[in-house]
Amino acid sequence: MTPKLELEDIRKAFGTTPVLDGISLDVHAGEFVSILGPSGAGKSTLFQMLIGGIRADSGSIRCEGQLLGPEVGRFAFMPQRDALMPWRRILDNVTLGLEVQGMGRKAAREKVLALFPEFGLAGFENHYPAQLSGGMRQRAALLRTVAQERDMLLLDEPFGALDALTRSGMQRWLEAMWRRHRWTALLITHDVREAVFLSDRIYVLSARPARVVCEFSVPLPRPRHAGATGLRDASAVEAAVLETLLKTETIGESNP
Amino acid sequence: MPKTLSLLARAGPAAIAIATLLLAWQFYAYLSGISPTILPSPVRVAEQAWANRRALWDNTLPTIRATLLGFGCSLATAFVLSILLDFSQALRRALFPVFIVSQTLPLVAIAPLVVLWFGFGLMPKIMLVALVTFFPMLVALVQGYESTEKEILTLLRSMGAGRWLRFRLARLPSAAPFFFAGLRISITYAVVGAIFAEYAGAARGLGIYILNAKNNFRPDLVLAAVGVSATLTLLLFAATVLVQRLAMPWVRLERGPTP
Repeated sequence: MTPKLELEDIRKAFGTTPVLDGISLDVHAGEFVSILGPSGAGKSTLFQMLIGGIRADSGSIRCEGQLLGPEVGRFAFMPQRDALMPWRRILDNVTLGLEVQGMGRKAAREKVLALFPEFGLAGFENHYPAQLSGGMRQRAALLRTVAQERDMLLLDEPFGALDALTRSGMQRWLEAMWRRHRWTALLITHDVREAVFLSDRIYVLSARPARVVCEFSVPLPRPRHAGATGLRDASAVEAAVLETLLKTETIGESNP
Repeated sequence: MPKTLSLLARAGPAAIAIATLLLAWQFYAYLSGISPTILPSPVRVAEQAWANRRALWDNTLPTIRATLLGFGCSLATAFVLSILLDFSQALRRALFPVFIVSQTLPLVAIAPLVVLWFGFGLMPKIMLVALVTFFPMLVALVQGYESTEKEILTLLRSMGAGRWLRFRLARLPSAAPFFFAGLRISITYAVVGAIFAEYAGAARGLGIYILNAKNNFRPDLVLAAVGVSATLTLLLFAATVLVQRLAMPWVRLERGPTP
């Protein structure tokens, strides 16, 4: 089967500093894949390439076998901080993507309103972002991402700015949502537990210049409840991933 | 009712400070026996202001007109130019130094020249008001566009929004707080600018009224006109605050406690 997204030997340098050193990875339809790497490894650079912000020096990006052209719009991107517009009500923040696509305001609103209950935001349509808690803002940001109905979700450390408790809650909620909708998703994170909890597969990147050091499958059954057996299996995978990650980090440090 | 009370509580200290100043002034003028042609007491200023209310009002109207028209022109020009500058780096490099130089021109020298070139009508006043208010507005807007959160711009780009759409959806609304801050500053310049332009030469207006009163050794009427101009400035300032509250309801929410 042709992968939904296929990156082959992507290289990128900023000036003389190589950032990406031959990244190859693929994501299949309905798969949840994570890219795990140390901070500053170039994970976000990778996303910028997918959403058309920057171009790779070499290598190819294919979507369903087709080379990714200059046209954007195959991916729905969710940035690190929620990037909700403080001057727009939640409803109008959520319709943003559809508005950019040229859909009328009324049609866009009708379309997203149906999604509000599922995202736990019913009753908050007319609130401003400042009136919402961090978790709710993040759910609104995800709703805005999903509402665009793109082929694939790109999630850039979506829970990085949340407190630990809210983050765990959001991870569980996202896992449940994913099971129901089976979005094709690519997640960037440096949180091992988050990657293991959410993903089908994990690519571990090295420190800069980034290479794929290792690819893990996460064979844990879904739903990924934190039951006793679930926890034990998960921590085995977590330990393996963490080990790899730490090893690459030390290598990165000794050879700057 | 509690709303009125809290408003009173907030305005209270300022009212007390002003009242104290006026009282001190009144006592000094009364006790020192200084001639009212040098320093008139506040009570005398108020009396004379009331006695000359007709003339004062007739001279206030042209000042209001010049202020608002000049400010309106300045606002429109600043807005259009700010957009051009935001879109063109080259234009920004070319024009910004010119604008900065325009701010260094001493008003004392420019005002009579503008009157000389454009006569005693409304035109030179509008131009001078525009000159003093244009730059603060332009800077506020350009800075406001620059203040746009990078992640919002990245998000919009990922959605496929072009340059103009990114400007309209993100950069323009991001500039709103800066715009209003600039508005509050320059509206106070505007009144001063108008009065100065009239001072340099006009048929009617607070500026020329002040000049005539001074030449007639009537400091009480000078101060009455000053009082009118201060009131005018305060009213315009209050109006901008009110407009901002209506236009940006989310700001108060950000400051207030979240439920």
